[in-house]
Amino acid sequence: MAQIKTPRFEVTDGTLIPDKGEKSIFSAWKLAFFGAISLLIILPVVKPDPYFQILKFLPDGILATFQVTILSIVLSFFIGLITGLGRISRITVFNRIATVYVEVIRGIPLLVQLFYIYYALGKIVQVPRLASAVIAMAVCYGAYMGEIFRAGILAIPRGQMEAALALGLSRGQALWKVILPQTIKVILPPIGNEFIALLKDSSLVSILAVSDLLRRGREYASTSFMYFESYTIVALVYLIITLFLSRLVAIMEERLVRREK
Amino acid sequence: MKSNNKPRVRIQNASKNFDKVVALKNVSLEVKTGEVVLIIGPSGSGKSTLLRSVNRLENLTSGDIWVDDDLLTHNKSDIRKIREEVGMVFQSFNLFSHLTALENVTLAPLTVKKTPKEAAVANGRELLKRVGLSDKENNYPDQLSGGQQQRVAIARALAMNPKVMLFDEPTSALDPEMIKEVLDVMLQLAKDGMTMLVVSHEMGFARAAADKVVFMDGGEIIEIGTPDDIFDRPKEERTKKFLKHIL
Repeated sequence: MAQIKTPRFEVTDGTLIPDKGEKSIFSAWKLAFFGAISLLIILPVVKPDPYFQILKFLPDGILATFQVTILSIVLSFFIGLITGLGRISRITVFNRIATVYVEVIRGIPLLVQLFYIYYALGKIVQVPRLASAVIAMAVCYGAYMGEIFRAGILAIPRGQMEAALALGLSRGQALWKVILPQTIKVILPPIGNEFIALLKDSSLVSILAVSDLLRRGREYASTSFMYFESYTIVALVYLIITLFLSRLVAIMEERLVRREK
Repeated sequence: MKSNNKPRVRIQNASKNFDKVVALKNVSLEVKTGEVVLIIGPSGSGKSTLLRSVNRLENLTSGDIWVDDDLLTHNKSDIRKIREEVGMVFQSFNLFSHLTALENVTLAPLTVKKTPKEAAVANGRELLKRVGLSDKENNYPDQLSGGQQQRVAIARALAMNPKVMLFDEPTSALDPEMIKEVLDVMLQLAKDGMTMLVVSHEMGFARAAADKVVFMDGGEIIEIGTPDDIFDRPKEERTKKFLKHIL
């Protein structure tokens, strides 16, 4: 019987779009990255008022954005580790809890989750705004991170676990000493991509009264009424940061692939 | 010969089903201390399953296996204690790819036996020397050839000071020119009196080192004998047919 092949296609959801002309001086990445940087330099120089004023207003926000992003990614890393272990666990209860968590989180829009966790937390304990924003982001991203861990652990050849068990290691020791160290290496690039996605999504926390990059821009805009100018600068800053980071992830990925060969 | 009469490994009526497929049918086999037993047979004959049951990487459906006096085919038996005493070498080496050759060898003593670091490292170096790889202790597996990887894997198993060594087609994944270096290490091991259970079709090794050759087919032991018996004067029709294929 003839196999009917379903055509497969791949939608790139990473931050970096694969580009055939990557090596050229006019690659898409270079055009976008250096274009954005030039604009960010030229605008304040040519028209210091308001662009330079806006730029001066933003560093606190950039700092807050990075703070939220880094804290959230670290916290979600650990949530993801536990979730990923739960997803592959043979203990039914643990497995079910992890799976339900992933299903629930992935089924609710991030913005709704942020509101929900922020206000739900507020009802129980009084936590600083930054902390509740970080917790909300981490709980959400922990689910995606869990799937990355799961896939990463399953990507390690079965023989590694068998060899460890055959040497007398317990399952826990084998996981900790043999499987996870190898997992971390494989999942670094996808985690890098999550980091970038989280950085962009962190703009949502501006709604929770955290003075991140977007909120600082909004604050400037609402007092000066220069909405277009403020958001232009905000967008440029986001773009430069994410393009820079996505390049880093791509380099990391390339190194990993090269080491395999 | 060099073996005494005490059975080191005793397999009794071992049976194993994978869903509806019968992998092992009522297999009984004894390996005495210091004996080298080679298991041959066509693929799917259950030889690997049998070997993997001896450190319970496979669970038997029924039957019992003892290593010395420890029954290991029982859920409550301390399988980790037994695995410490049973070394295993795999067809695909399975070296830990994030660790150097020396770290591969010392991981289990450090983790399982809590051997002090200096002692584990000294012993690890000694073992790497024994398999002829003293100069490779800082190499990662992907910087080693297949034959070198397999020799590290043997050293790694020896580091736990096992009573028995299991070899699951140790040379099948190797290029021809590397088979000898691995077999030489195994031969030396046999000479030193290690009890070995080997799944392999290496005739040369069998004639030089094996006390017994076991021919399996369809999950059963068809014939057991000395290497000369099995290779030169096989009694069973199935054995003859199989040997024609591999000779």
